[in-house]
Amino acid sequence: MSLERAQVEQIALLARISLTPEEVDLFQDQLSQLLEQFQVLSELDTTDVPPTGHAVDLQAVMRDDDDEDSLDPEEVLSNAPNPEGEYFRVKAVLEE
Amino acid sequence: MAAEEMPTIHEAAQKLAQREISSVELTRAHLERIDRLEERVKSFITVTPELALKQAEQADQRIAAGEAGPLTGIPMQMKDVISTKGVKTTCASRMLENYVPVYDATVAERLLAQGAVLLGKGNMDEYAMGSSCENSAFFPTRNPWDLERVPGGSSGGGAAAVAAGEAVYALGSDTGGSVRQPASLCGVVGMKPTYGMVSRYGLVAYASSLDQIGPITRDVTDCALVLNAIVGHDPKDSTSLRQPAVDYTSDLAEYISPSPLATGGAQGGPFRLGVPEEYFVDGMQDGVRESVQAAIKTLEGLGASVEPVSLPTTKYALACYYIIAPSECSANLARYDGVKYGFSYQDTDNMWEAMERTRAGGFGPEVKRRVILGAYALSAGYYDAYYRKAQQARTLIRRDFDRVFEQVDALVTPTSPVVAFRLGEKIDDPVEMYLIDVCTVPANIAGLPGISVPCGFSQGLPVGMQLLGPHLSEQRLLNIAYAYEQATQWHTERPQI
Repeated sequence: MSLERAQVEQIALLARISLTPEEVDLFQDQLSQLLEQFQVLSELDTTDVPPTGHAVDLQAVMRDDDDEDSLDPEEVLSNAPNPEGEYFRVKAVLEE
Repeated sequence: MAAEEMPTIHEAAQKLAQREISSVELTRAHLERIDRLEERVKSFITVTPELALKQAEQADQRIAAGEAGPLTGIPMQMKDVISTKGVKTTCASRMLENYVPVYDATVAERLLAQGAVLLGKGNMDEYAMGSSCENSAFFPTRNPWDLERVPGGSSGGGAAAVAAGEAVYALGSDTGGSVRQPASLCGVVGMKPTYGMVSRYGLVAYASSLDQIGPITRDVTDCALVLNAIVGHDPKDSTSLRQPAVDYTSDLAEYISPSPLATGGAQGGPFRLGVPEEYFVDGMQDGVRESVQAAIKTLEGLGASVEPVSLPTTKYALACYYIIAPSECSANLARYDGVKYGFSYQDTDNMWEAMERTRAGGFGPEVKRRVILGAYALSAGYYDAYYRKAQQARTLIRRDFDRVFEQVDALVTPTSPVVAFRLGEKIDDPVEMYLIDVCTVPANIAGLPGISVPCGFSQGLPVGMQLLGPHLSEQRLLNIAYAYEQATQWHTERPQI
């Protein structure tokens, strides 16, 4: 199992990480090796085996809709790279 | 104070109670050691001396008022992936280099409510992804037993700090062995509780179905004391279990008779311990194998019955883990978009370019590798072959454990197939680095509790023995570990530093 360069570039785009050409080369090589290792799973007969998402049985948890204090907006925005008033400022999402 | 004089939690608590020492003095002694050793060990990303001394003063008041708990006034380190209100929490990443949480993680809140003294935040592999602490964006931590070697990871800072006597105990997080493996490599005790026992609220997410916070301590009694303080249901974590409170120290004293393991097993007779042959992998160092086999003999001498068992799906665990963990990480780390907090690339008007360059500049190589690997495993056309297949393998691995725990009370294995390796030795080869986790990832996949305790030395470096048990068997594991510890001296060894 080996990855093409274009595949690495495509996944990086999906993951929204811009890679240098050197990183693409490196990850192409390393991820191909890892995918090769993962082939061991094909030995396993998983017919009719249900997937496990969590190892401990979980139930949907709901709480009562009670009033509670929220985090202080000023404190929260203190970590924001580009706040404006009580808002996070973002780049334009819609193109003109 | 020298390394061998640095007290455990229970020793320090006794001295505090008898007014032989104050929390301020104890905290100063640790801050002095940090000052003296940090240049070499580098186990802290942030040291908080002023906060620590203030907390110590408050602890001394509590002690004077007779309101102290077992952790009151004891100085500790918290892994830098656990949110601490007002104290930088970086995850050892450029992405969060200046991030200051506005709330405490539930574990931090619980420890602080008990009067814990926070010395600072522990170094780690970036976002807890790694097995050597070399993936910290800031600097690697060094093993106090040999400064040319790694402390293990990802909670390498915690294990190194406890081993070096810079902190009495530490909290780490364990997604594939990140508490147990560094504990093993640094000669201290590390425990991963059953999934859901400790709230993950405020633990910066890596792989949510695997992550679990656990203690790193000098001995088993301390491990039980910290566990007492951090377990329990938390409405803020939807995966948190509802279990009746247990005092994990309550039974320990019964396990110091000449053959403490001859009774008390789940079937009433001796503890039945299984040795899974699959955990003694090819490539395991002879010294590790010999130490663990000697430890198994010791357990047998203490009255346990020991039998070989087989967990045939063990060979699939690494592949299963290295698909599931990166998949969950690629989803969890999608939140780092440069808008709400963290590193943000601003030099463009294009939203996508800003996001792509934010993530390119904020994440280190291992994080990028795992995010991309996970995105691939989850992408259309590959989902069934990788992610779904891994989740099915997860079911089979879990069934294997269920079957074997009908036969035995606990499993005994090595924690790591190798002792601490040299800095730089494996960092360029992810395949080889990931192999280090072979003995620890199965417990995370199946949600089981596991503990690593010191069981000897090889090449002058610590070896760890791992005990694994069924869900919610923490007390049983601590009892067995305690019986072993009391019959041996490994936990009293300290590095000369």
